[in-house]
Amino acid sequence: MTMSNTSNNGSSAGWPLWEVFVRSSRGLSHVHAGSLHAPDAEMAVRNARDLYTRRNEGVSLWVVRSEDILTSDPDAKDAMFESPKGKDYRHATYYTKSEGVKHL
Amino acid sequence: MAEQTTSGGHLSAVLSPEDEAGQQRFDAIIEQDSRIEPRDWMPEAYRKSLTRQMSQHAHSEIIGMQPEANWITRAPSLKRKSILIAKVQDEAGHGLYLYSSTETLGTDRDTLNDQLMSGRAKYSSIFNYPARTWADMGAIGWLVDGAAIANQVPLCRASYGPYGRAMVRICKEESFHQRQGFEILLELANGTEAQKKMAQDAIDRFYAPALMMFGPSDNDSPNSKQSMAWNVKRFSNDDLRQRFVGMIAEQVKVLGLTLPDPELRYDEETGQWIHMELDWDEFNRVIKGGGPCNSQRMARRREAHEEGAWVREAASAYARKQQMKEQVA
Repeated sequence: MTMSNTSNNGSSAGWPLWEVFVRSSRGLSHVHAGSLHAPDAEMAVRNARDLYTRRNEGVSLWVVRSEDILTSDPDAKDAMFESPKGKDYRHATYYTKSEGVKHL
Repeated sequence: MAEQTTSGGHLSAVLSPEDEAGQQRFDAIIEQDSRIEPRDWMPEAYRKSLTRQMSQHAHSEIIGMQPEANWITRAPSLKRKSILIAKVQDEAGHGLYLYSSTETLGTDRDTLNDQLMSGRAKYSSIFNYPARTWADMGAIGWLVDGAAIANQVPLCRASYGPYGRAMVRICKEESFHQRQGFEILLELANGTEAQKKMAQDAIDRFYAPALMMFGPSDNDSPNSKQSMAWNVKRFSNDDLRQRFVGMIAEQVKVLGLTLPDPELRYDEETGQWIHMELDWDEFNRVIKGGGPCNSQRMARRREAHEEGAWVREAASAYARKQQMKEQVA
């Protein structure tokens, strides 16, 4: 095992970074609030409670190790998100002839 | 990295095609007043400047816990004690929001901690002044947090996404800090003669240092221009300062107290508030370590870090043990 956590005189070096998601109330999805360092998931949840929900900001917390998140490549975002461009017909606003027709 | 003058300025040395494309995208984003996100290409100077600004900001929040923590045990009532604890906890939280935002620029937490504790990093000069009386808790909340808010609200729109988002969260929480400070002063101002005097004395001591929190005059602030070109800074130091003076000049009337500034007036022609000349020699001296409390603040920070070592060790040991158990199971 390669945990270097305790080698450095109580340093938190090597404590992984966790991303914190907060559900602000029932019926809403969890939203990214920020990140923090913690030695394990349980501590990450406890720290997230203290750090991100000091004023009733949430009813539920998720934490996930930052390194476990796969991100789309920002440099390739043009290619990645190109296909919806020029496809206005995917939006209701494309259809104008029905204007004035009720409940449509 | 090539040398560069301004964000949109011309590049003198040779850039790789990737850097050139990156710079173009960066310039376009800034031009549109949109946001830069952690994985975007950004000029080295932008990364460096933001890392410095954001980490100094984080350090200030962490050191800023000390003047008020000093009064927790001596708060005049249980209610005041609870409020003060909540406020100090907020400062810790603000420091942590800012540290994790700074980390997205590529400098890890332990390096940032180390920069503070080794004395290489700066933090706001205001926290090197002592909090002598209970009224100082009021003056710090009203004037120091007030100046911080005036500075920070425009930073919610800073071009670097994680910084702006941290600032939004911080500003929401700071408004309670300023109001509770004002209320402490208001109560003292309506109390006995001695209490009123104590409130006035606190304002007299914190007025000038609070105004200096906005930084040197625009003419002497070398980073300001670049920072504004990058949409990090939105208003000049002097502009924010005179606006703040205007607000507190009105608020102090509600307290029935005065600001220690014989030159304070509103200039109808320019629409600006005029205040006294500030002692920038003192400012520079305090920033460089010559303030009344610099060494005490640093010693206390190091002590807290060292005395907390066993907690971090225990948490690491526990995490390791749990992980081993899982592997066996």
